[in-house]
Amino acid sequence: MSEAAGARPVIRIVDGVARVVEDAWAVVEDGTEWDGSAYRLLPLRQALERSQQLRAAAPVGVWLAPNDEPAEAVALFDSIAMIGVRFPKSGDGRGFSTASLLRSRHGWRGGLRALDDVLQDQLFFMRRVGFDSFALRADRDPQQALRAFSTFSDSYQGASTPDLPHYRRAGV
Amino acid sequence: MYRYTAFDQRMLDERVEQFRDQIGRWRRGELTDDELRPLRLRNGLYVQRHAPMLRIAIPYGLLSAPQLRMLAHIARTWDRGYGHFTTRQNIQLNWPRIEDGPDILAALASVQMHAIQTSGNCVRNITTDPFAGVASDEQVDPRPYCELLRQWSTFHPEFSFLPRKFKIALNGAQAVDRAATAMHDIGLYLRRDDAGQVVVDVLAGGGMGRTPVVGTVIRKDLPWRHVLSYCEAILRVYNRYGRRDNIHKARIKILLRALGAEAFTREVDEDFAHLENGPATATDEELARIAEGFAPPPYQALPPGPAALREALVAHPGFARWHQRNVLSHRVAGYAAVSLSLKRGSVAPGDLSAELMDQVADLADRYSFGELRVTHEQNLVLADVAQHDLPALWTTLRELGLASPNIGLLTDIVCCPGGDFCSLANAKSLPIAQSIQDRFEDVDYVHDLGDLTLNISGCINSCGHHHVGNIGILGIDKQGAEFYQITLGGQVGADPASTHVGSVIGPSFGAEQVPDVIESILGVYVAARHDGERFVDTLTRVGLAPFKSAAYSSNGAGNGAGQELEHV
Repeated sequence: MSEAAGARPVIRIVDGVARVVEDAWAVVEDGTEWDGSAYRLLPLRQALERSQQLRAAAPVGVWLAPNDEPAEAVALFDSIAMIGVRFPKSGDGRGFSTASLLRSRHGWRGGLRALDDVLQDQLFFMRRVGFDSFALRADRDPQQALRAFSTFSDSYQGASTPDLPHYRRAGV
Repeated sequence: MYRYTAFDQRMLDERVEQFRDQIGRWRRGELTDDELRPLRLRNGLYVQRHAPMLRIAIPYGLLSAPQLRMLAHIARTWDRGYGHFTTRQNIQLNWPRIEDGPDILAALASVQMHAIQTSGNCVRNITTDPFAGVASDEQVDPRPYCELLRQWSTFHPEFSFLPRKFKIALNGAQAVDRAATAMHDIGLYLRRDDAGQVVVDVLAGGGMGRTPVVGTVIRKDLPWRHVLSYCEAILRVYNRYGRRDNIHKARIKILLRALGAEAFTREVDEDFAHLENGPATATDEELARIAEGFAPPPYQALPPGPAALREALVAHPGFARWHQRNVLSHRVAGYAAVSLSLKRGSVAPGDLSAELMDQVADLADRYSFGELRVTHEQNLVLADVAQHDLPALWTTLRELGLASPNIGLLTDIVCCPGGDFCSLANAKSLPIAQSIQDRFEDVDYVHDLGDLTLNISGCINSCGHHHVGNIGILGIDKQGAEFYQITLGGQVGADPASTHVGSVIGPSFGAEQVPDVIESILGVYVAARHDGERFVDTLTRVGLAPFKSAAYSSNGAGNGAGQELEHV
């Protein structure tokens, strides 16, 4: 399957710049059987059960619910290209810690996508904890949301990006 | 105080622009009221009973004279000419318009102030000892550490959508705690180890509200450099595992209790093991840079106890009384720290008019190196006054009505805005404070009672900290009528072991009964006390029973129908 099939607009950080692009990544919901096609994000359980089949269908990925343990995804790192983190409600900040742990502790270097109730005014923080793509809710305009990435020109504390606190960064 | 760098100012200015954009999108209908809500909250704007309320941050209670003048200007320009100092060392304006929010925040930013994270489910204003840096019982000046934490917690990307609000307090004094540290989500006790290095005892899971809990020390002797990493570990455990299904069970104290202190600490330590010595480890250089702002002011070499002071103490009993209650000894000879009582006459506790703000700012310039502090008891402090200036300062404060000699006494009432202003409140609190002030007008009697804390909250959110008042009063709603539940024995001690939540004495009372009940309770104390024994110590010695029986034998006391409210 090509990336263009079933494409929808998402925000992606490309070479450090946030752009609206179209891609075909889609979520396989809990209780739905993955049909083996590429560009699918599987529920963690299903991905673990079918881990042997993932590489052949590349690129595929996995999604984590707020209460999924990110350490469990580590076993899949070699066979996936993307991890989606779900935000069922915008006020539920567990996904920020999930992203932090994936990047900082577990060393995930592949795609990391924020999914579902993702608000423009959260994008700056989401990028800082390590997300590099963002699927906004369908009723929100990704083009307008791009402004969020330049809300602040800098930051106090370290996170994933940048990892050092302001005062420890070179050139400050 | 901490000196903003160009970087600090830029972050603040960008925040103002961000909020201006958010308000603009809301006015154009691009953001719904519900979507705006968390955004305005983290800029201090609540929608309240009469109008929005703006809570302005006063980081760890420290203000400069120009900042106080700006607060006066804002109160005059966009509000009704006064402000209310809170139990979290902040100030609230009760009548601003949401549409004016961005302009108010821009005015604040011009004097390096803001309303960042004064509400919302994020790390709130850091609080500490209002006598930091000047108290003679201090071991470590907490202010540089407060600022380190302020910067770390400002716009924290991972911890901006926590299950619930999160409050951090620091204490660096020995054998006393003027910040109620044990009642916070995180409490940090700073001290020096045997080698003279600053170490931190870390407490977690304290809090007031519906389920008052004295926090638990989960880590001792943490070298200060790790304090941010350790807080990060605590917040990560809380962010991941704190309850989000029930707002009343979402604070970290509930998580700590559910897991048990041991398991909770294990989780935190496991996370900290990955962070220890990592990028968040603070450096000597950065602490030194921050601490420059807190260097001692240019004190003069002055003799302690100058003639002007000694003479005034003899000549004016009123001055002597004020000096005894409102003046604290200072670590520098010839200086003193002065509390300005905001508990007087018919003014609501903690309220200050714009005119008085201007005048207090002038006093700070004239007598205290242009700085002042806000206490969690809702008073102000001029921390660096030459002792020979005390008589003149007292005379001026008397003229301004800010010299009530009642710091730490019954009439130094701590009180939230309550049902007159706050939409969360179940009952009014300010009229209760007023009725107690009126009943205990006799200054001699109040002085004779000695150290005694009386705290009033208009609802169980406990902004008036009634749980830790020696006498606590909680407003409750009973089928549309307002009643008041009384607790006794609350106390903030020097450490968690000596900090106690008060016990409910029984059924609640009607508003008009409260002064009688307080009077009966005090009567038991006066009759039973040993020489020099504080109210709370007598209570501990003789127990609750005689106080309880006196309270309910006052004329018509107890509403009778409030029995079930004992368990609220």
